[in-house]
Amino acid sequence: MSIRIIDENCNGCGLCKRACPQMAIEVENKKAIIDLELCNFCGACAAACRFRAVAIEIEKQAREDLSQYRNVWVFGEQFRGKVAPVVFELIGSGRQLADARGSELAVVVLGSDLEAAANELSEYALDKVYLYEAPELAQYDGERYARILADLCRGMKPEILLAGATTTGRSFMSQVAIKLYTGLTADCTGLAIGEDGLLYQTRPAYGGNIMATILCPYTRPQMATVRHKVFPHPEKRNNAKPPEVVRLNLKPQLHTSRSELIEFIEQVEATVNIVEADIIVSGGRGIQDPSNFALIQDLAQALGGAVGASRAAVDAGWIPYAHQVGQTGKTVCPKLYIACGISGAVQHLAGMSSSKTIIAINKDPEAPIFQVASFGFVGDCLEIVPLLTKKIKAMRGQG
Amino acid sequence: MKICVCIKQVPATTEVKFDPATNTLIREGVDSQINPFDLYALEEAVRVKERLQKEGQEATVTVVCMGPPQAEAALREAISLGGDDAILLSDRAFRGADTWATSFALAQALLKLQPEVVFCGMQAIDGDTGQVGPGIATHMDYAQAPYVAEIEGLERRKILVKRLLENGYERCSVRLPVVLTVVKEINEPRTPSLRGKMNAKKAKIPVWTAADLGAPEEKLGLQGSPTQVVKVFSPPHREGGQKWAGDADELSGKLAGLLKELEIV
Ligand SMILES: Cc1cc2nc3c(=O)[nH]c(=O)nc-3n(C[C@H](O)[C@H](O)[C@H](O)COP(=O)(O)OP(=O)(O)OC[C@H]3O[C@@H](n4cnc5c(N)ncnc54)[C@H](O)[C@@H]3O)c2cc1C
Ligand SMILES: Nc1ncnc2c1ncn2[C@@H]1O[C@H](COP(=O)(O)O)[C@@H](O)[C@H]1O
Repeated sequence: MSIRIIDENCNGCGLCKRACPQMAIEVENKKAIIDLELCNFCGACAAACRFRAVAIEIEKQAREDLSQYRNVWVFGEQFRGKVAPVVFELIGSGRQLADARGSELAVVVLGSDLEAAANELSEYALDKVYLYEAPELAQYDGERYARILADLCRGMKPEILLAGATTTGRSFMSQVAIKLYTGLTADCTGLAIGEDGLLYQTRPAYGGNIMATILCPYTRPQMATVRHKVFPHPEKRNNAKPPEVVRLNLKPQLHTSRSELIEFIEQVEATVNIVEADIIVSGGRGIQDPSNFALIQDLAQALGGAVGASRAAVDAGWIPYAHQVGQTGKTVCPKLYIACGISGAVQHLAGMSSSKTIIAINKDPEAPIFQVASFGFVGDCLEIVPLLTKKIKAMRGQG
Repeated sequence: MKICVCIKQVPATTEVKFDPATNTLIREGVDSQINPFDLYALEEAVRVKERLQKEGQEATVTVVCMGPPQAEAALREAISLGGDDAILLSDRAFRGADTWATSFALAQALLKLQPEVVFCGMQAIDGDTGQVGPGIATHMDYAQAPYVAEIEGLERRKILVKRLLENGYERCSVRLPVVLTVVKEINEPRTPSLRGKMNAKKAKIPVWTAADLGAPEEKLGLQGSPTQVVKVFSPPHREGGQKWAGDADELSGKLAGLLKELEIV
C-alpha cells in the first residue's frame, strides 16, 4: 500500500486536510503533506481532492478468477412460510442489477414447508427460486443458515448476494461474508451497477450525516444488506415466464448448531413492527404520560400504521423499547411519519429523517422537528390527535 | 469465568457533518465517546461477573478495543465502570479495517484470552453495521446470540438468552463459549464509582500489535478488507415545509384533509 501527493497537481487548497478523518494531512508551502504514521489509507482525501493530486495504490488483486461468478441472489427471508416484505423490494432492485449484468435473478429460501413461499415468489419476475427444505430449518438459526448459505455460494458462485437489513439479515449475512472472505455492506439505500460492472453500494453512516459508496472489487459475491422500504414493491410478472423452482440437496452435516430455540414470543399487534410499516405515528415526551399513548395507538390503528416513540418516551417507561426510533433504536423509512410531541433531537432524526413524508405536531413553533417536517402543525397533540382520529374514522365510515 | 467486552471508541456522530460546499467531513471539535451500545454490553458483563462472584465463583471482565492510541481513554473509562483490565489493539497494520478485518483482529486477540463469554454492542453508531459481533463469533468459531435483550440464565456450559427481533422475542439456549451482542433494553448502565475511577487511573493497559497477535498482515487493516470506500458525500438536504397554527379543531381538520390529499385515507 502506498499513498502520496502528486506535487505538480497539488495547489495546497486544503480540501484533503479537512476530509481526512485521521487528521493526518497538513498543508505546508502550498503543498499537502501526509503523515504516514497517522494515515489509514481510507481514501477520503483522494475522494475530496479536485485536482487528482492524491495517488493511492493498494496492491490488491483477486485470489481467483472472478468471471466464474454470475447471477444475482436474494436471500428469501421468511417466517413460518411467509416471505418478508423486504424480499420483494429486493427482487425489484435485484432484477435491475441482473439485467444490467445480463445475468439471472434468483431467490434462495431456506426453511421447511416452503410450498406457499415458492408460490408467492413465483408471481414475480424471477429466473429461479432455489428451495432448501429440512425439518431443522423450520426455525431461523443463524449458525445453521449461515453455514448452508455459505456452502451454496461456494458451489454455485453468485456474483451478487442481497438480503434485507433485518435483525436476521444483518447478523446472519455477516457470518456468511466472514466464511466466504468477502465484503458485506450494511444497510444500503442505493445499489447500482457501474460502468466497470461492479456493484456500487451506497449507505448512510455517522447517523445519516454522511453517505458513503462502497465497492467490493476483489472478492465475490458482492454482498449487501438493504434497508426496508427503500425500493418499491415490484410489479408482478404478469405474462412473463414463471421462474424455475429448483429444490436443492445438501449434506445434513451442515445442519448442526450450538443454539436451540426454546420459544418464540410473538408480538402480534400490527402496531409493533415499525420497520415494515408504511405509516408510523410516533409519540415523544410531549405525550406526557403513559395512558396518553392510547391516543397515539388509536390514531395508528385508524390509519393502519405502527406506533413509534422517541427515546424520552421509552426511557420514561411509557412504551417498550421495540418502538424506539433513532440512533439507539430503529431506523425507519415509512411513507408517512407523524411525530407527536417530539422535539426532533439529532439522535431521533437519525432514525426517521429519510421518511418520505414527515408530519410534526408540536406546541413549540421553534422545535427542531419542524426543520425536517414536510408539514408542521403548531398545537397541542393531546387535543389534536384524538380529534384527528375521530375525523379519520368518520371519513373511513363514509367509505 | 472469563468474560470479555469489545468496545469501540466513536466520534459523537451527531456532530459529524458533511460540508457540501467543500465536499468534506467536518469533524473539528468532535468529541470521542464509548459507543453507546457498548456501555450496555459492558454493564451486562459486569453484572454477570458480580452475580457469579456473589455465588462464590471467580469471574473477570476484560475490555478490548481496537483503535488508535488515544482509544486508551475509552478503555480507562470502561475500567471505571467495572471492567477489571483492558487491552488496546493498536498498530498501523490494523488501520483502514472494514468489518471483516476488524472482526478478524479482535477475534485473534480474543482467542489469546480464551473467554467463555464475549459481549459486543448491537452496532456501532459511526458505521452502524452490526456486523462485527457476529463476525468475531464466526472467526473464532464460537456460538453466537445477536440482539440479546435479557440473560435469563447462565450455566457452566450454556447460556439462556432472550433476543429482540422485529416481531417479538426469541428465547434460546446457546452453548458456551459464545459471543453476544446486546440491545439497549438489556439494562441501565451505572455511573462510575469512586473506586472504579481510582482503578481506571492506576490501570496498566497493554497495547497489542499485529506481531503480538501473530496474525498475517494480509488479513489485517486495509490490506485485509474486501470492501473499499470510493466516495463520501452529503445526504439529500431536507427542508421544513409549510407550518400551520390554530386551535385543535381547525388543525385536526387541516390534517385530516392533508391525509386525504396524500391518499392516506
Ligand atoms: C447516545 C444517545 C443516543 C440517543 N438515541 C436516541 C434515539 O435512538 N431515539 C431518540 O428519540 N432519542 C435518542 N436520544 C435522545 C435525544 O437526544 C432526545 O433526548 C430525545 O429524542 C428527546 O425525546 P422527545 O423529543 O420525546 O422529548 P423532548 O426533547 O423533551 O421533546 C418533547 C417535545 O414535545 C413538545 N410538547 C410537549 N407537550 C406537548 C403537547 N401537549 N403537544 C404538542 N407538543 C408538546 C415540546 O415542545 C417538545 O418539543 C439519544 C441521546 C443520546 C445521548
Ligand atoms: N474497533 C473495535 N474495537 C472493539 N470493538 C469493536 C470495534 N468495532 C466494533 N466493535 C464491537 O462490535 C460491535 C458492532 O460494531 P459494528 O459492526 O461496527 O456496528 C460494537 O458495538 C463493538 O462491541
